[in-house]
Amino acid sequence: MLSRANLIGAVLFLAAGIIGFFLPPWLVSLLTIAFANALVVLGLIILWRAGLVPFGQALYYCSGAYTVALLARWAGVSDAFVLLIAGGLVAGIVAFLTGFLLARYREIFFAMLSLAMSMILYGVLVKTETLGSTDGFGVDPPHFLGYAPHGDALGFALYWFVLVVCAISALVIGVYFKSVAGALAVPIRDNEIRVEFLGISVTRLIHMKLVIAGTLAGVGGALAAMTIGHVDPNMSYWTTSGGFVFVTILAGAGSVAAAFVGSLVFEIVRSFAFAVLPGFWQMTLGIVLLLTILFLPEGLGSLATRFRRRKPDTKPVATS
Amino acid sequence: MSAILSVSGLEKTFGSVVAARDISLDIPAQQTVGVIGANGAGKTTFVNMITGHLTPTKGSIHFEGKDITGLPSRDITQMGISRSFQVAQVFPSLSVFDNMCAATAIARGDGRFISAALRSVHAPEIAADVNVAIELFQIAAYRDTLASTLPQGIRKLLDIAMAVAGAPRVLLLDEPTSGISIEEKFQLMDVVMSALKARNITVLFVEHDMEIVERFADRVLAFYDGTVIADGTPGETLGQARVQELITGAKLKLPHGEASPHA
Repeated sequence: MLSRANLIGAVLFLAAGIIGFFLPPWLVSLLTIAFANALVVLGLIILWRAGLVPFGQALYYCSGAYTVALLARWAGVSDAFVLLIAGGLVAGIVAFLTGFLLARYREIFFAMLSLAMSMILYGVLVKTETLGSTDGFGVDPPHFLGYAPHGDALGFALYWFVLVVCAISALVIGVYFKSVAGALAVPIRDNEIRVEFLGISVTRLIHMKLVIAGTLAGVGGALAAMTIGHVDPNMSYWTTSGGFVFVTILAGAGSVAAAFVGSLVFEIVRSFAFAVLPGFWQMTLGIVLLLTILFLPEGLGSLATRFRRRKPDTKPVATS
Repeated sequence: MSAILSVSGLEKTFGSVVAARDISLDIPAQQTVGVIGANGAGKTTFVNMITGHLTPTKGSIHFEGKDITGLPSRDITQMGISRSFQVAQVFPSLSVFDNMCAATAIARGDGRFISAALRSVHAPEIAADVNVAIELFQIAAYRDTLASTLPQGIRKLLDIAMAVAGAPRVLLLDEPTSGISIEEKFQLMDVVMSALKARNITVLFVEHDMEIVERFADRVLAFYDGTVIADGTPGETLGQARVQELITGAKLKLPHGEASPHA
């Protein structure tokens, strides 16, 4: 089961990589952003499974992005790999620290507290004139182990870079979902007291989920900063967080792949709506979300599982 | 026979309400202890203090010679005291098998979170344990049924099976037969008690049905107003005038054999 899913994933990954060569640069850059944001959504899915919906995931996204921008600007770091790891690490540390508080809250209190934290960062960035205040500042194009592409080549290099990072993340999170800590998400959502009485700390399990989700958001933010070539405080604004929650509802929490499909569909619909109905693109997105909730309450990702479930009548059993 | 569980001078107050007072007793290993008492007599408070859900105001609890007073419930569970619940506490959106996998995986863990993130919840040894356990508790027929759709009796069995997944030495059952029809009660208790005996588990069970207590307990504790008013074999405890007056009702004659379909 696991190997088959990985095989499909590998084929899709290669297909996505090859298709990149035949697409116009604007579409490649759209896909790059979609996949970078998909990592944030993947983190949200981890929390969503445990019944937690953060409205402040942009905090970690922005932390990752600003880490990249600051390192590139003031420390002269230009290697994409170093920048990426630094972005993920800083966001992970921020998530670890905020986690001590957040892991104790649930439901709307969790959502609002996470939102408040992201808005603190927004407030600080807006007031910091050395960091460009509301305008933000630019990020120099990254190098890849000495390879320094420009123009369209840079776009392709970033596209492949993002794809590789996504593939690795998808693999790792796939393993995590099947692990004890990952699989306990549904039990936590269902019945926390029971989990505690089975002998494991719910708070620490959630703390771990927050760090993983925060790191993924930081990696996503780092990739977005390199791709866009610019960072600004809006990356920490609550509408950015809301956008990620939007995509998570669209995608559903059923699988790792859902994050990528959801993010891709979101970017395509948004770009399409913006081009065709510039005045009404938000309304178009709203209608799409409404239709998803009405007809696919478990998200786009449930389409795949629906087809798979048609063969065996019962729920697939993961062993044997 | 040294005591596996030993409490002394246990007291719990909520403001001016005394929920438990002056409870001192020793429970030898592998004894099956029935706990009776009217609602509000302090039975569940007693269970909650032992399992760490409530911290006693006074007194101490020793398990296998170690002081466990006031430890968090998950630590007490890890040490070897499990509990089931009056209202079955399962994971409704998971199948019976996955419920048991979650319980077994936690029990087999070393409490480290890194290893919890690396071990698979469906590892072969976990699945093997689960398959043995669901046979033992006779719920194997419901292996792939969602817990939310289980009949009440099966859900109770699942709840107890999950508590036993951690191979506890002491198990506290809070009203294992509540919400079960009279016809099914004895059958359920037979399954549970033979499974627990097979694993040499010391059992403490809270129960309102005196026939069940009579049949399954080696020893009965009668609670009234937060403390133990009688402690002895079922015959001794249930025979006491005070217990009959305050808990079981005076008319109780305990007709052996004819009332119990299993005798």
